[in-house]
Amino acid sequence: MSSYQYRHYPYRRPPELDGKGKRRQVVIVGAGLAGPTLALALAARGVASVLLDEDDTVSNGSRSICQAKHSLEIWDRFGIARRMVDKGITWEQGEVYLQDRPIYHFNLAPEPGHKFPAFVNLQQYYVEEYLFDRCLEEKLIDLRFCNKVVGIRPGPESVSLDIETPDGRYALEAEWLVACDGVRSAVRHLLDLPFPGEVFHDQFLIADIRFTSELPKERRFWFYPPFHPTNSVLLHRQADNVLRVDFQLGRDADPEEEKKPENVDRRLRQMFGPDATWEHEWTSVYTFTCRMMERFAEGRVIFAGDAAHVVSPFGARGGNAAVADVDNLAWKLARVLAGSSPASLLDSYCSERRAAARENILNSTRSTDFITPKFPASRAFRDATLALARDFPFARTLVNSGRLSVPTVQPGSPLDTPDGDSDWLRGPAPGSAMVDAPVVNGAGGFLVDHVGQEFTLMSFAPRAADLPGLPEGVAGLMVARGSAAPAGWTALHDRDGLLRQRYDGRAGTAYLIRPDRYVAARWRRPDARELATALRRATGHG
Amino acid sequence: MADGASGALRRTLNLARPDEVYNAIVDAHRNLDDEQCRAFDAGLILLLVNHVGDADVIREALAAARLSLNGGSRAS
Ligand SMILES: Cc1cc2nc3c(=O)[nH]c(=O)nc-3n(C[C@H](O)[C@H](O)[C@H](O)COP(=O)(O)OP(=O)(O)OC[C@H]3O[C@@H](n4cnc5c(N)ncnc54)[C@H](O)[C@@H]3O)c2cc1C
Repeated sequence: MSSYQYRHYPYRRPPELDGKGKRRQVVIVGAGLAGPTLALALAARGVASVLLDEDDTVSNGSRSICQAKHSLEIWDRFGIARRMVDKGITWEQGEVYLQDRPIYHFNLAPEPGHKFPAFVNLQQYYVEEYLFDRCLEEKLIDLRFCNKVVGIRPGPESVSLDIETPDGRYALEAEWLVACDGVRSAVRHLLDLPFPGEVFHDQFLIADIRFTSELPKERRFWFYPPFHPTNSVLLHRQADNVLRVDFQLGRDADPEEEKKPENVDRRLRQMFGPDATWEHEWTSVYTFTCRMMERFAEGRVIFAGDAAHVVSPFGARGGNAAVADVDNLAWKLARVLAGSSPASLLDSYCSERRAAARENILNSTRSTDFITPKFPASRAFRDATLALARDFPFARTLVNSGRLSVPTVQPGSPLDTPDGDSDWLRGPAPGSAMVDAPVVNGAGGFLVDHVGQEFTLMSFAPRAADLPGLPEGVAGLMVARGSAAPAGWTALHDRDGLLRQRYDGRAGTAYLIRPDRYVAARWRRPDARELATALRRATGHG
Repeated sequence: MADGASGALRRTLNLARPDEVYNAIVDAHRNLDDEQCRAFDAGLILLLVNHVGDADVIREALAAARLSLNGGSRAS
């Protein structure tokens, strides 16, 4: 049915089956979105890992389609984001309709000067394919297909796994185990850990279809459209002229009936009119849950992505949060393994990403309640909001068809140093993600190109004399006119003045940026002691 | 004082012709069935809430209205 050619990646007999195993520093279970991203982020820091997946191919059907800016910035470090942008559909605007009339138009990227757009729509199987391609090139990643985890024995110094392969079972020992094995996480089940949350009963029908005529680039969302008058419909474009149409069916629909091609076609025909032609790519009826583990780590077992938390699809937060999880985890785990930070640094992974999961669940639950009101008064307010939206701009903002994924804010993290200066007009405060801007360094480029695998100190310094002393292991970015910079510093020219604007940069202003591109601290003019203290905190020594 | 009254919500008269306004609200619901009343009230609340614009006042009003469901506070 699908036009996508599913490749079958080669299974290789694991050496452990022939008695040649050794203890591994990191074993990752699950090669969906989170697992390969983590393996690549660790490899970029010189950490080897074994990446296990139970099957030998990419995501069956396109689940996640909206890949957010923040995820693209992370994947760009492995050189695959450009491929995604080129293949996918860039979109920043959307339209919300009530019945047959547009009531609200939004633009997610109101300002220019970012390397990546707000969203690129690309089917999950392509994203995974590009990730797998990079993993297979990477010597530090041992990617094992058809390796299914079936048993686990956690210990104080290591974790032992039982793995099933076409050639039989073997055991593998890991210093750290990261479970990226999805919403039905085998690791979570084997350890009998709870996954509390809320179950939603509304059913949705996804029809991914390949279309031949001119397609809209925008995201479109209808409440009560003429072609589906009792409920809502979401339309998205994907690569290869594929459209995703997502029909809200309600609680009582019969999923088997709804999935029948003739019934799907009847709905689509009403939607697209008599002349349209399409082929089916993938059809699925889904319901969803919002759940979150109480702790994201148990001893030497760490959970990330859907294994640790799930949300409704409204807002495209699931996959994007999975990627942000492992980006938060990778540098911390690498530091702990290298002995440059205490193991307690990993506690901040749990607290920061649990806060993010809470924010994602809150947002997605609010969208869900708006799209599928649970009680009559909720529906009355929803419908009143829609009715007012045509004439009253304030009501348009209340229309919640999914608050789309942006990097979550992590206020109060023990790693961050709260602002000491109080005159900030703008700029990402500690606990917020850094903001991109165009810069010149020889060739053109963007700030995101210059923030690397380690901590970065970005300093607005007209002259080298304005620079603070650079702590060891920190990369310096000097925002200045010239291209000359002292040792350890890279000079960036703020071509359009946007860096100064977006960071409220004045002579002496400095930002300490974490390897996951979150701001750890900022100052108007830091002294050596302040810098050292902030860095100690941010690396778990605080 | 009633529970939760922190003072942001006005408790004394703020209308020049109170009876007129009161009756205008009631009259606006005349001839509406229950479902229409609910829809009408929802729209009215949203319009007024946005006009008020103060989250503290709104939260206090929500609590006060809740109390009025049980005939109001006894311990004032
Ligand atoms: C209809 C729908 C639409 C969505 N749309 C979006 C969207 O637009 N944007 C977005 O960001 N997210 C979206 N999501 C969510 C997104 O698909 C998930 O959040 C994302 O796949 C989570 O990634 P993950 O790596 O944590 O888990 P998964 O991608 O589920 O990967 C888990 C992997 O673990 C492997 N595995 C499982 N058990 C074992 C085992 N015992 N041994 C070895 N391997 C195992 C599986 O084979 C799988 O490859 C959507 C989801 C759905 C259902």
